Amino acid sequence: MKIFVTDRQGVEHEIAGIDGWQIMELIRDEGLPIKAECGGSCACATCHVYVDRAWIDKLEEKGEEEIDMLDLAFDIQDSSRLSCQLTMTEALDGLKVTLAPE
Amino acid sequence: MSENIFSTDAVVIGAGPVGLFAVFELGLLDMETHLIDILDAPGGQCAELYPEKPIYDIPGIPVCSGQDLTDKLLEQIQPFKPTFHLGQMAESLIKRENGKWQVTTDIGTVIDATVVVIAAGGGSFVPKKPPLRGLDEYEGSSVFYSVRKMEQFRGKNILIAGGGDSALDWTVNLHPVAKSMALVHRRDEFRAAPDTVNKMRALVDSGGIDLHIAQLKELKGAEGKLQAVSVKGSTGDYNIPCDTLLAFFGLTMKLGPVADFGISLNQNLIPVDTEKFETDVPGIFAIGDINHYPGKLKLILSGFHEAALMSQQAFRYVYPERRLRFQYTTSSSDLQAKLGVS
Repeated sequence: MKIFVTDRQGVEHEIAGIDGWQIMELIRDEGLPIKAECGGSCACATCHVYVDRAWIDKLEEKGEEEIDMLDLAFDIQDSSRLSCQLTMTEALDGLKVTLAPE
Repeated sequence: MSENIFSTDAVVIGAGPVGLFAVFELGLLDMETHLIDILDAPGGQCAELYPEKPIYDIPGIPVCSGQDLTDKLLEQIQPFKPTFHLGQMAESLIKRENGKWQVTTDIGTVIDATVVVIAAGGGSFVPKKPPLRGLDEYEGSSVFYSVRKMEQFRGKNILIAGGGDSALDWTVNLHPVAKSMALVHRRDEFRAAPDTVNKMRALVDSGGIDLHIAQLKELKGAEGKLQAVSVKGSTGDYNIPCDTLLAFFGLTMKLGPVADFGISLNQNLIPVDTEKFETDVPGIFAIGDINHYPGKLKLILSGFHEAALMSQQAFRYVYPERRLRFQYTTSSSDLQAKLGVS
């Protein structure tokens, strides 16, 4: 499994996917600049990513907490997600996301 | 200013769980502590980021919320009567000629201490700033992230951005003094207290304030004087005329002035040894999330352990003439007297 993460310079990184990990954790452990200040508890909105259009419908829907927390992020789009709320599974093999601006 | 000058054994920068527990460990060894925190209440991340979220990995406490843990720590350290300096940021650290450290805060509090303990977690909590071009040019003159004095905003054409309690409280509270008031939020739902949301809705219905469902896009103005904010709504971009923007998007953590304290840093973390949790400057310690050493885990329980070992070394600086006696709270009548339980 793998995911593709585009950083804020537009460079795409291929990262190995691990079943059950948060997408945020995969990005963070790769050393990409994602703050994730609250450590993945949906309490800070600093792991904001844009999900590639083709993948939006394949993700679990946003929970109320995630929708609320997105109020604390900027430049929200329809494709905005908090990557701590996305869990890696086989179904997301090949997922493409872009880090939102800080 | 003399009322703002203090002298103590230890000054702890950061009143999160680890800073609070440091008061306990220092107190058992007869050291008095002052704490500084930029937030208005103790608890750090526990109280600010996840007050209601459960924590399951505090030894002996199967589950508690961030706020519960803070409250219990405050109860636990109460016998040592720490002095809190809240709502202020430790801004400078210098060594005085008498060998003591002197910490000065951004509002002029001066604390002399024998040892300094940096327990600043991820850094100071500061407002999240919207990524708008030229923002800094307007900060302090037209763009603000907090309200210190309501009078400052009398007669202003105010735009408030955000959808939580701060945004709505200030929309409702500043409305009577503002010349005009508008609120911009990305969706027509608000996280704030229902009562405040109702008050805001009533003001919108009566024409007292304008509500815009949109996102901030650009500041319009010149030389620090805001004339309008361009926003992106569902039907396109448009300008909201205003001379003041108050942005409430929560807080983020920045290392801040600790970076200029003269101690070594490595990727915004403070390297310490694992015997004393001391920095490369004797008498300055770093505990909790802000430190780094081989095997470091950013866990509250690790910070508690670090606080205990730090205190042993702090004792040697504060009481160089005394012999450190290792005791247990269970059996020591001396410690129990300090805790006020015997």
